[in-house]
Amino acid sequence: MSEIKQREEELVAEFELFESWMEKYEYIIELGKELPLLAENEKSDELLIEGCQSRVWLKTSGNASTIKFQADADAIITKGIIALLIRLVDNIDPKDLVQYNFGVVQAIGLQEHLSPTRSNGLNGMIKRLKNEALKFC
Amino acid sequence: MSESAKKNFNVREIREQFPALRQQVYGKNLIYFDNGATSQKPQLVLDAINKFYSKENANIHRGVHFMSQKATTEYEESRKRIQRYINARKSEEIIFTKGTTDGINLVASSFGELLKAGDEIIISAMEHHSNIVPWQMLCMRKGLSLRVAPINEKGELLLETFKQMLSKKTKLVAITQISNTLGTVNPIKDIVSAAHAVGAKVLVDGAQSIQHMKIDVKEMNCDFYVFSSHKVFGPTGIGVLYGKEELLDAMPPYQGGGDMISRVTFERTTYNELPFKFEAGTPHIAGGICLGKAFEFLESIDLKAAEEHERSLAKYAEDILDTFEGLKIIGEAKNKTSVVSFSVKGIHPFDIGTLLDKQGIAVRTGHHCTQPLMDFFKIPGTVRASFAFYNTKQEIDTFVEALEKSLNMLK
Repeated sequence: MSEIKQREEELVAEFELFESWMEKYEYIIELGKELPLLAENEKSDELLIEGCQSRVWLKTSGNASTIKFQADADAIITKGIIALLIRLVDNIDPKDLVQYNFGVVQAIGLQEHLSPTRSNGLNGMIKRLKNEALKFC
Repeated sequence: MSESAKKNFNVREIREQFPALRQQVYGKNLIYFDNGATSQKPQLVLDAINKFYSKENANIHRGVHFMSQKATTEYEESRKRIQRYINARKSEEIIFTKGTTDGINLVASSFGELLKAGDEIIISAMEHHSNIVPWQMLCMRKGLSLRVAPINEKGELLLETFKQMLSKKTKLVAITQISNTLGTVNPIKDIVSAAHAVGAKVLVDGAQSIQHMKIDVKEMNCDFYVFSSHKVFGPTGIGVLYGKEELLDAMPPYQGGGDMISRVTFERTTYNELPFKFEAGTPHIAGGICLGKAFEFLESIDLKAAEEHERSLAKYAEDILDTFEGLKIIGEAKNKTSVVSFSVKGIHPFDIGTLLDKQGIAVRTGHHCTQPLMDFFKIPGTVRASFAFYNTKQEIDTFVEALEKSLNMLK
């Protein structure tokens, strides 16, 4: 099993333990709080993922075999969601990321954040992660 | 029978007429506090939509057959009902549009044709993007200048400063009657008389006022008044531009097409008379008819009592929210309607809105299409609870509990 699939299964198993929306969101908020901050001067417009309501910055580094991400956001739930995505795809082969379908979003019940009008831009985050990976392929 | 005897206002009875309010989301009873964005629809309107498409669907104004005549009559009756409701002089002054934004764009494009380089348009600092951008586009096109009347920290228009900005160069003042973000009620009559004194025309954005107060365009004496059906309990996709007849007559058509013409040859076309001159193409017939039904519904209730109820809801909510640590009400105008916008120190509005949603409460978060206003208050956005007359104090109590829970999670 690929690294990314293994991480996905772990995450899904973790989310299955939650019995209420509150537990789930408390966990996402916790993830958001734990995500290391980007320094203020690093939050440039180039790193900004365009979203309507909350701002997300994504910083990428890596090479043809490994890609690494750092992120920050001004809303804590958004930050938790990007933290969750990073947990899945950080430090992996960029080619694997390009092919990954992010089915995990449905599996852990976050699809409500996927609709085009949901302004935290989960779609935008996924698209950006993949585009960043493409640059190293 | 006196007015008050034949109309009543009972929230419980009114709620029964709005099926959308009787549903659960995420297993919780829906609390709908996003009325500033759109209102729910009464059964009368829903039935009329169904009836139109089931029995009356036909194109209007041209057909000689039974159904077309019937649809035409209903559509035009609706226009007359709206005319009476807002007290316009003639039904020709009621132009059906797609909504407020469409109405403003119509005026910007068509009235805008009569303006020339150097002329000025004044808007206010609390305008919705749809009452900013069409004017910016017009100004770019025609070399006009757009000026912005400032507000104070409470979110009230600085009326004296506004009056000083007026001059012979001012050709149009485009201003909202009620701010969608702050709930501020602007002193429209003062604005209109000051603008008229320098010969300027006034467009009133009524998107947030038509559903909250009695509108009388004759008394207001504005030159244009625009609103959307969907915010006043009618269907989406239809709205109204009221304009004074002499102005509408002087303005060139907005869009070309069927229905707006009198005679077409390849050399020259003459235009139809008002209101059809501004209604090119097959309109939203069901929408127009059912908007009339929405007003029929409004005519059946005591609007004065409804307005008082709405304002008391806002006061009730604000008094409780004021006790929350770090919570700031945005928009503290002396005269305000049932909009409660707030921000909480250190917490993004999006987070609050997301957690309220999970508890079955619909509010709006973000900049509410008033980014310049957010810049003025130096905040990324607000959480906005906007009430309609079908909301209750019990709903506010539930909302307050849910808000407390959300804030505890986010701390």
